[in-house]
Amino acid sequence: MYNAKYIIPGLIIFALLFTFPFWYNLGADAYEPVELELPEDYDDCLESTEYMRTEHMKMLDEWRDIYVRDGYQMYWSELKEQYFLMSLTKTCMDCHDNKEEFCDRCHDQTAVDPYCWDCHHIEP
Amino acid sequence: MKAINSLILVLALIVIAMLGAGALGIEYLFGVIIPYLAVLIFIVGFITKMVGWGKSAVPFRIPTTCGQATKSLPMFKDKWSRLDNPGTKLGTVGRMFFEVVLFRSLFRNTKVELHPGQYVAYSSSKWLWIFALIFHYTFLIIVLRHLRFFTEPIPGVIVFLDQADSMLQILTPPLFISSLLILVALGYLLLRRFFVPSMRYISQPADYVPLFLIISIVVSGMLMRYVGPFKTDLMPVKELAMGLVQFSPTVPEGIGLTFYVHFFLFSVLLMYFPFSKLMHMGGVFLSPTRNLPNDSREKHHANPWNYPVKVHTYEEYEDDFREKMVEADLPVVKPLEEKAEETSENDEKKE
Repeated sequence: MYNAKYIIPGLIIFALLFTFPFWYNLGADAYEPVELELPEDYDDCLESTEYMRTEHMKMLDEWRDIYVRDGYQMYWSELKEQYFLMSLTKTCMDCHDNKEEFCDRCHDQTAVDPYCWDCHHIEP
Repeated sequence: MKAINSLILVLALIVIAMLGAGALGIEYLFGVIIPYLAVLIFIVGFITKMVGWGKSAVPFRIPTTCGQATKSLPMFKDKWSRLDNPGTKLGTVGRMFFEVVLFRSLFRNTKVELHPGQYVAYSSSKWLWIFALIFHYTFLIIVLRHLRFFTEPIPGVIVFLDQADSMLQILTPPLFISSLLILVALGYLLLRRFFVPSMRYISQPADYVPLFLIISIVVSGMLMRYVGPFKTDLMPVKELAMGLVQFSPTVPEGIGLTFYVHFFLFSVLLMYFPFSKLMHMGGVFLSPTRNLPNDSREKHHANPWNYPVKVHTYEEYEDDFREKMVEADLPVVKPLEEKAEETSENDEKKE
């Protein structure tokens, strides 16, 4: 092989870079799936669990727009067939009262940094 | 037709993932076996290909005309020649660095135009360069961003990259600038092959397949992030990804079908990589016009595979046949001295 003194170190760097996730997690403990602190008083959120999982960020974003900009206050829950105040701190966090044990658990694992907390200062 | 066939091929791959992971329910194959196989084929195939290229002959120095060799032609004062046509190792490293990082060869791209009255004009064309640059860097950012699924704890750099990429704060979840830009760049790279006649003429399935494949990967990823019915729960995805990199693979419940399509297409891209033109990722480092210093007038370059040749010089030939040459009145470089002395001695004896 020609220029082996350049090609072989190059290939070693290539292999190290592209196997980064494999050796980065080497020393760490086996990954444990996230467990959330769920409220004990209720079985359901405002909508189904699947809907809340995929759409909660969109829901909160719409709530912000509707409440702050358009002035409407109440949200009709199809699941509970009941009106709720559109408020992160008064409605959501009434049950999910611990940000660190609920919101942050998933967000931290997926490098998600929602800007909810730029305005809502939640004291632990 | 070549484009349509390539599109059908990529659509078939999507159908395979949908049938396999969805209808047949063999998630383990698409979530564990194929990804492992893909990483193995990618790394082993890449190294094999590079070693194969390393074994093939290295050409003699190819001086490029974009600069002059400054050492042997000191009358040329252009300081950029040290980078464009370097004679030193440092200059060559610099040229390679800017080639890999900024694509300077593409920056020199020109286009030929035929003007009325049979005038041919060559003009600068930077579109390919700018869109290639956008494509490669957004692809890099996107690959790095995905490390959030494969690391725990997530390195600060990756978190920062994620936040910087979504800093526009439009859409929920926030739009990644890189996702939008890569689609624009891929769109240019594809439409260029459709609408420029000369490009369409030379475009092969090997050009279209990677484009359609990468577009499908980007689109399936974006669907999973932004569009309701395609969304998937990220926590089982992270569990699957972490299982893969910690060699304890699991296939958790609740991962959407879009994820398997996305994951399978990327696995196919990895497997296809070593056998495709995408190998320019490694090949760029072996470009002979870029990585050889122009020192052909300063150093003697012996062909490395020269074997010792038996030579018989003219001088040796004359030594062998001098007498006969002189007898035949052929001119000789070295006169026949001994013979001359002998004849003079004979003459003296006669006297």
